[in-house]
Amino acid sequence: MKHLLSVEDLGGSDGINEVLDLTDSFVEVSERQIPKVPALRGKTVVWLFYEDSTRTRLSFEQAAKRLSADTMNFSVSTSSVKKGESLRDTVLTIEAMGVDCIVVRHASAGAPWRIASWVDASVINAGDGWHEHPTQALLDSYTIRQHLGSVDGTRIAIVGDIKHSRVARSDVLAFTALGADVTLVAPPTLLPASLDGWPVSVSYDLDAVLPKCDVVYLLRMQRERMTEALIPSLREYTASYGLTRRRVDLLDERTLVMHPGPMNRGVEIAAEVADLPRSVVVDQVRNGVAVRMAVLYLLVGSGVDLRRVTGA
Amino acid sequence: MIVVKGGRVVDATGERAADVLIDDDGRIAAVGPDLSSARVIDAGRCVVAPGLVDLHTHLREPGREESETVETGSRAAALGGFTAVVAMPNTEPAIDSAAVVRDVLELGRKALCDVHASGAITVERAGDQLAPMAEMAALGVRLFTDDGNGVQDNRLMRRALEYASGLGVTLAQHCEDESLSAGGHMHEGEWSSRLGIPGIPSEAEELMVMRDIALARLTGARIHFQHLSTDGAIAMVRAAKAGGLAVTAEATTHHFTLTDECCASYDPVFKVNPPLRTAADVAAVKVGLSDGALDAIATDHAPHAQELKEQTFDEAPPGMLGLETALALAITELDLDLAAILALLSWRPAVIAGLSELHGGPIEEGRPASLCVIDPTATWTVDAAMLASRSRNTPYAGRTLTGRVRHTFLWGEPVVLDGEAQR
Repeated sequence: MKHLLSVEDLGGSDGINEVLDLTDSFVEVSERQIPKVPALRGKTVVWLFYEDSTRTRLSFEQAAKRLSADTMNFSVSTSSVKKGESLRDTVLTIEAMGVDCIVVRHASAGAPWRIASWVDASVINAGDGWHEHPTQALLDSYTIRQHLGSVDGTRIAIVGDIKHSRVARSDVLAFTALGADVTLVAPPTLLPASLDGWPVSVSYDLDAVLPKCDVVYLLRMQRERMTEALIPSLREYTASYGLTRRRVDLLDERTLVMHPGPMNRGVEIAAEVADLPRSVVVDQVRNGVAVRMAVLYLLVGSGVDLRRVTGA
Repeated sequence: MIVVKGGRVVDATGERAADVLIDDDGRIAAVGPDLSSARVIDAGRCVVAPGLVDLHTHLREPGREESETVETGSRAAALGGFTAVVAMPNTEPAIDSAAVVRDVLELGRKALCDVHASGAITVERAGDQLAPMAEMAALGVRLFTDDGNGVQDNRLMRRALEYASGLGVTLAQHCEDESLSAGGHMHEGEWSSRLGIPGIPSEAEELMVMRDIALARLTGARIHFQHLSTDGAIAMVRAAKAGGLAVTAEATTHHFTLTDECCASYDPVFKVNPPLRTAADVAAVKVGLSDGALDAIATDHAPHAQELKEQTFDEAPPGMLGLETALALAITELDLDLAAILALLSWRPAVIAGLSELHGGPIEEGRPASLCVIDPTATWTVDAAMLASRSRNTPYAGRTLTGRVRHTFLWGEPVVLDGEAQR
């Protein structure tokens, strides 16, 4: 695998499970007193973030540093992009400095595909528009596997703004590839125009879905959706689709609550629900570092013996 | 005098084996067997047809000369067999006054095909105020459009149709309801949903077609629909024609050859407006071209400099090249005989453009000798680097097509000989 642009690049459940199995090793590394291995020594990873992101960038940065990679940060707000440089010229310039991997986030769907067509370095998609965010799907799958033993056979409800969500698109691909039964719960205005070819069911009734799921995955609800006439108000959204304290009582005792962050407490998730033990949001963040170590290792660390670097 | 020898003449009156003698004034002197002259141009195994007429060409001049000029665009046209193109008015400045019309016509005098300017319906194509159509019509403009945008305001469109009917000119509409299409970059459907690219629903086109058919009924004015791309839009035009309204319509080559699935590569060479639609829409365009719902094939030749297409899909401008591949795509992809294809590419668009005195007419004594000679069975592979257009944004690079333009004559001048532009 040269690039990780889409969950589909992993080649189905076997490929996804390979990353998740590898993640176990890196979770172990992360728990050491000195959580650092020389797997990517001498390799350079650059962050090319055309859209603001704090948590994803920090998570990748932590992952790369624990693998002993050198990292560079390309900050769009202070760069030549402001002077009108094209995306192609920017990435060719960065590549000429000698980089092994480009981690890109861009507001335009498909931007990582364009970049991958121009460079020899490996490209990791850290989120492209509404389209995909494959490492998020991997860390979500890992977190479910960690808590429930397996993704296969679980019933997962993804709730909220599916239409504009790269997390939802990647999660649907990963969860269904791993054998989960996925239900999308959202008002019709927040669903994609077409779900042809999506192996999911759809519901507009959260109360009916909640008793029958093992995972409730809540998406961030953005305020600007009101001005686009997609929902009348956040209040009405919360009343219909928010995970309120009352709705938690509809859940099975073992059901997990997940969220990709950052959470809008009081909108898609009630504040006290976010802090319940069944909420595994912090585990998602923690696992994110290990999953990204596994991905960076697979793409850039080829030839390096894992047992030697992890001592496992 | 030149004789075009050994070909099969095909025009609106039928087909026959005949030589064509061209006099020194650029007109046809004789059509018949065994003609001779000092200069003989071979048309053996080829079809000699009236030159093609494109209702929809973006020549980009004035204003975007880095993408195309009248000279380079007209060379591409000539190589594609076109002897006349209607230049769209979305230049910078827009063709919305006699002054800009004069500029474009002046540039066109040195071109390798006849360049006919279309005029904007509204000032600066902004959709607010009628452009001075009479002063442009006085310079010969016969087609008016705000192409690139549709006229959004219902009342303004009504007035424009009424005013145009008094001048004997035709309004052409780019059908797109912007309140529905806003923010979209490809056809809205299965592929846009999967790719996460904001979509443009078919209904954005269909709503404006529906409105304009109603306004055509109200005003009695002629209207021409540009680049129709959806099954529903074509069905409405078919019904309007059956109801006796004076509507005509064109479809582009890309809308009968490519689908929205092409966008899965995220290569903006497949970004165009109206967007590539579904396989069902492609089938509907083909049916429309064969049953008369659609009157013409247009290219919507829309050159964009390389740097503009080296962006992400949503940042890149819409549009693709078309002049040099149109005829071959029609021959390769349509289940129509060559005479039917030539009707769609030559004599019917000539009538819509108001050019039938000059172009697309029967090949007979006294007519202008603007002709194309086609080898209908030759195959060739599209090579973007070899195109005459200043831009390279063809979606057909690497595709092998059947049917090649061998010679093109413009008013008797052989501007293309054996596939090579002569100037």
